[in-house]
Amino acid sequence: MYVAIKGGERAIENAHRLLAHERRGDCDVPELSLAQISEQLGLAVDRVMSEGSLYDRELAALAIKQARGDLIEAIFLVRAFRATLPRFGVTEPVDTGQMQVRRRISSTFKDVPGGQILGPTFDYTHRLLDPQLAEGHAPEPPATSEAVVCAMPRVTDILGKDGLIEPSPQASADSAVGDLTREPLSFPADRDLRLQNLARADEGFLLAMGYSTQRGYGRNHPFAGEIRFGEVEVEFLAEEVGFAVPLGEIALTECQMVNQFGGSATEAPCFTRGYGLAFGQSERKAMSMALVDRALRARELGEEVGAPAQDEEFVMSHSDNVQATGFVEHLKLPHYVDFQSELGLLRKLRREFAEAQRKASMREAAE
Amino acid sequence: MDVHGNSQTSAMQARRRAAMAVLARASGKEIAARLGAVALPAYESLREPESGLVMVRGRIGGDGAAFNLGEATVSRAAVRLASGEVGFGYALGRDGEKAKLIALCDALLQSDEHADGAEANVIAPLRERLIARRNARAAEAAATRVDFYTMVRGEG
Repeated sequence: MYVAIKGGERAIENAHRLLAHERRGDCDVPELSLAQISEQLGLAVDRVMSEGSLYDRELAALAIKQARGDLIEAIFLVRAFRATLPRFGVTEPVDTGQMQVRRRISSTFKDVPGGQILGPTFDYTHRLLDPQLAEGHAPEPPATSEAVVCAMPRVTDILGKDGLIEPSPQASADSAVGDLTREPLSFPADRDLRLQNLARADEGFLLAMGYSTQRGYGRNHPFAGEIRFGEVEVEFLAEEVGFAVPLGEIALTECQMVNQFGGSATEAPCFTRGYGLAFGQSERKAMSMALVDRALRARELGEEVGAPAQDEEFVMSHSDNVQATGFVEHLKLPHYVDFQSELGLLRKLRREFAEAQRKASMREAAE
Repeated sequence: MDVHGNSQTSAMQARRRAAMAVLARASGKEIAARLGAVALPAYESLREPESGLVMVRGRIGGDGAAFNLGEATVSRAAVRLASGEVGFGYALGRDGEKAKLIALCDALLQSDEHADGAEANVIAPLRERLIARRNARAAEAAATRVDFYTMVRGEG
């Protein structure tokens, strides 16, 4: 029998109305503005921009508000919005060496040229809840001191001068930069595609994968060679203008992981590297990304491949939280017809089972 | 084009790029306020403001081959002065009016008559503010720089 299912429209409409009401919460409490979200929940905004794969603070703040603080829902909203805009082109690659650094630390060299700059960090806080914040608290203005203008080379550049670390792979003239928003993934995937996938990957997933390498599932002996956060300029070669046009600046976090040795009969041993880059101040994300990037290079570096973090198909197919949540959450949608057929099958199997039992017991009784 | 013409072109290009770098970092409001102090020539819109995306690229390891990091919103516009100069405006974000104001500034900078006024009344003060903001940020960061010191033991 075919049963048409209708009658959900009103329920859906009212559910959304109720959602809007719950989103607003108690109307005696002042409503959040996008500026408040952007300024005071800045790291949530950074995460939504990173995983939404769209740099726009205001849109990310709107998405967080609309999603009631559910960041994966917010990321979903941002991805959906992105699909409505035309793409003008690709930027020149950003130069993180020219970053206006707000934070820069190295766990490998104490006296790194340019210095260790802690910047705004949770590190070294005691992780005690602060009752002052509950009451509304105007913080002291930040301390200042004279900025010394000096070059801030990447730690990997310093190691690279002596050949102690492998150089970054350079582009071959004939290879286009892969873009997984344009072509579906196929395996094996090159490192450019892997990094694009990791850059928009779920932070929790990357964190767990990176952690698994530290615990022995694809161990690669990492040091945080350098982590830097700050602003870089973005330039776009606009054909009609005829030169690379500065578009403004974006905040990025970069992590250079320095890992144990590669080398071969023909190449001297040297440190290997893993790379992380993320929108905003997203340090955990950039570090996890660098660990996983390095783990995914196992085959290229001739290491034994066996751990989940070394399996690019596993990592890249499960890293995207919008895809993942879509497939997990679709289980909520009506599957009535599917379920009816399963139910029919199960009833038939149970009838056969009962019949077989009955026959068996009759045989036993007869013997 | 002769050598002289080439260097003139590249000087103009450098000037326009430097101005765009300043304007892209300013808010639309700031630019509008500065332009309010300048006598503007007649101009027409050549490309209405529109918003879209650019794919931002990074480099593997910071200095290697390019990869696609993620997209950013960007707005653009183009204007033409009555005297013929065409200006282009690009800026991150979805503020199309800001892109149009940048395009207008870019056109003014190419006009012999208006370039110096735009430079002095629009670009220079915005640049000053930008540098002040940047210096303040650098000074805040500098205060968090770690000064390691070594305990001297025994007789130095």
